[in-house]
This record gives sequence, structure tokens and C-alpha cells, in this order.
Amino acid sequence: MQLARVIGDVVSTHKDDGLQSLKLLVLQPLSPDGRDTGKTLVAVDAVGAGVGEQVFFVRGKEASFPFYPTVVPADAGVVGIVDHCSIE
Amino acid sequence: MKIGRVVGTVVSTQKHKKFEGAKLLLVQPLTLDDQPIGPVLLTVDTVGAGVLEKVLIVLEGRAAGEALKRKATPVDAAIVGIVDTVDVQP
Repeated sequence: MQLARVIGDVVSTHKDDGLQSLKLLVLQPLSPDGRDTGKTLVAVDAVGAGVGEQVFFVRGKEASFPFYPTVVPADAGVVGIVDHCSIE
Repeated sequence: MKIGRVVGTVVSTQKHKKFEGAKLLLVQPLTLDDQPIGPVLLTVDTVGAGVLEKVLIVLEGRAAGEALKRKATPVDAAIVGIVDTVDVQP
């Protein structure tokens, strides 16, 4: 999993049935000290995150597990909102 | 599996319910000679590791979910051991 900041959302009317009524967020992955790192990506939201929030997301098949048993064709999913993180 | 060092902690109140009670730690993967390699990962801790400890991590969803002992958990990285020593024969 990785930290990220939500920088936008995606609206799609015509999409796979498995993605119906799911929120799609644009994420900028972050390093633990809060700097942007890596490419932006689109993820499905499982926790009600919004633009500007710091979140963590999971990559791969596991992104669809919050919606189990519905099979969601997603390869990235937001699974938590970060209150704070500390780094030594 | 990879070896890494715990570099920080993350606190999250609003998270998927399968994460309840799980400790979240930031881990920097290391090469065999202890040099940082690659981006810092967010992992769930199942063995009671602490900051600055060297740990063994799995980077695959099914293995990480089994470490948490919960089915269909949306997790892709977990700490499964605390490393005492690593011996590499040249």
C-alpha cells in the first residue's frame, strides 16, 4: 500500500457494470514526508474520501475486495483516510 | 518477500472495516547491504514490529491477507517477521 493525496475525481457515465455507483478518484502518490512521487493514477473509493485528503490505497486485485462479493474491475482502491503519519 | 526497515507509523480512523485493529507501519525496503531501495511502502503489522526494526515483508495480496488471518482483506503488503540477522555467502 502507499500514501497518496486525492487531487481530483473522475466522472464516467458509460462504464463497466461492476463500476456502477462507485466513486473514482485521481491520486497523487506521496512519499512519507509529503512530497509528490511517481505518476498519478485513478482509484476506486471504498471509504468516502474526498479531494484534498491524504489517504492510503492498495494496488492489484485486492482493490476489489471492499466490494466483495461484487467483482469490481479495478486495479487500485482507496482503503483508508490518514489522520496523521510520523516518520523517524 | 523482502527485507526492510520500519521508518514510521500511520494513524487512520476512517478505514475499511477489515483493517480494524491492524497496526499500519511505513517500511523502507533495503538491499542486502542495508541500502534503501525503492519507494517507502505502507504495510500492516502482524508480528508486533516497532520503528527502526528490520523486518520481513510480503508484497502480495493473498499472502498479506493470510498474515492478517482475514479473508478478502484489501491489503497488498504485510510484515510477517522481525529479522534478527541476515547471512549472505559471497
